[in-house]
Amino acid sequence: MQKLTLGKILANGFLGLCMAYMVVPLIIMGGAGFNNSRFPSVYPWRGFTERWFEDLWNDQRMLDAGINTFFLALAVVAMAVPIGTAAALLLNSLQSRMRPLLFGILIAPILTPGVVVGISTLLFWNEFNIPAGLHLSALGQVSYIATYVMLLVLARLQSFDRGLEEAALDLGASHGQVMRRIVLPHLYPAIVLGAVLAFFQSVENYNITLFTRGNAQTLTVYIGSMVRTGFTPEINALGLLFILITIAGVVYVEIRRRRNVRRELTLEALAAIEERRDLQGMAP
Amino acid sequence: MKDVARRYGFAATVVMVALTAFWVLVLIILPYLFLVDASFRPSLPADQVGGPNDHYTLQNYLTLLNPNATKEFLFLSIPIHLFVFAQTVAISCLVTVITLALAYPLAYILAKVVNPRTVATLFLILLIPLWISELLRSFAWYIILAYQGPLNALLGLFGISPIRWISGYNGVIIGLIYTYFLFMLFPIYGSLTTLDSNQIEAAEDMGARWWQIHRRVVIPHAKPGIASGCVMVFMMCAGALFVPRLLASPSSRWFTEVIMQWFFEGLDWNTGSAYAFMLLLVCTVFVSLMIRLFKVNLTDIAR
Repeated sequence: MQKLTLGKILANGFLGLCMAYMVVPLIIMGGAGFNNSRFPSVYPWRGFTERWFEDLWNDQRMLDAGINTFFLALAVVAMAVPIGTAAALLLNSLQSRMRPLLFGILIAPILTPGVVVGISTLLFWNEFNIPAGLHLSALGQVSYIATYVMLLVLARLQSFDRGLEEAALDLGASHGQVMRRIVLPHLYPAIVLGAVLAFFQSVENYNITLFTRGNAQTLTVYIGSMVRTGFTPEINALGLLFILITIAGVVYVEIRRRRNVRRELTLEALAAIEERRDLQGMAP
Repeated sequence: MKDVARRYGFAATVVMVALTAFWVLVLIILPYLFLVDASFRPSLPADQVGGPNDHYTLQNYLTLLNPNATKEFLFLSIPIHLFVFAQTVAISCLVTVITLALAYPLAYILAKVVNPRTVATLFLILLIPLWISELLRSFAWYIILAYQGPLNALLGLFGISPIRWISGYNGVIIGLIYTYFLFMLFPIYGSLTTLDSNQIEAAEDMGARWWQIHRRVVIPHAKPGIASGCVMVFMMCAGALFVPRLLASPSSRWFTEVIMQWFFEGLDWNTGSAYAFMLLLVCTVFVSLMIRLFKVNLTDIAR
């Protein structure tokens, strides 16, 4: 018993250290956005300022890069979601020996360094005289982001009851109706999650974008270029903004999850009450 | 294929096959083939491409072994690019091992020690660093590790004189561990959630010591997650570009930086392709090593 408690204390201590290790650097990064110092730092603290947020707001290059990033991410979502979903459906109903081979090819992009994906995309389209630019960045990013969508949809398909599909066909539904009314609604959560993931993956991509962008700027490339020109705390302000957006997203997802759990519990309770009433009604 | 058509109808099957074929051919296989092709061709001015000089050659790969630029290491003199390549691979392996050593106990604690309600909250907190750009995660360490930064100030309180963290590969190693830690944690945690706690208790009841339980019960069960985490972390480290640019001292280069140099400064795409192919090759070798070592298959690695 003594040993067990010691183990527990050690485990909780380690857990606390790890959580601090993951979170404190982000707090420091965000905090430096308020420090009135020309260089991004929290120490020494030279007083509170919000000028870096004003600078960020007035930075035209940053704004342009942000707009590029946003539309690039939308294009990636628009391509990666249908491609990934289609491949998952196809893979799921393939029975042949083709399946492992196809699966191997489709997950290769997430096991490949982004640098390699970027370079091969650039070389391929260059052969057809298509110059580098954000369109190539989109294609390069789709090649691996579609894999994430596919894996999410495949996982969701595991819980799909094929009987529903067959019943609908037997009852005279068309293939289109089965897809619209049964398959896609079941996959909906995975598709939404895939779309959100694809958007964020695209926004934070650096390696592929760097090689395929041509002269266009995105946020990551712009931040990356500051390694040479020097950073200002504007980047910290931007970082803090990203952290706040992420927290808002995480909180939103959690609230929805809790609401769903509560609704299910309520439904279960209602069903139990109903059942008891039925039983009582049947009693003489 | 007939089965697919019966299930989803002809039109939907055509659309699905077309989308998948576009992905497989245009976005994956053909670009890789062009990369390999380019890596075996000499770098020529545009008007000579397809001319008599445009034939297959190993020259681009031999550049890696160029004996004119060498680095003294112990008593050997090693071609500089080969040295950077070997060092990138070695440090990536080191980072993978350290990350595994940190992530495994944490994953075990999250999966088996802490109560599930707390874990749900902890995961929400961990999602924040995961979804924030890799650039910003490493930028945080750029601030922390600065010579006159908060870490040295903290150590100063304990009477430790300031340390130059961003020298050699120290900064890179610290930055890589932080940046890719969660890619090790999540797969291992995922594989441990399916482990029945009764198995651990049974082993305890039979008198197994804690290290025996881990060696015989927990680690064998976590194999797919460990393999998956190691593959992801190694690949991301070896292919990292921003972390070494930001956190390495100028004399310590990363292989991806050399590739970038060929592309943007040397304007020699062919040698750059050969180097990129080497990087791809070493990642492929690592994946197959992991598959052999942990006796898992590719399906376990991608989840």
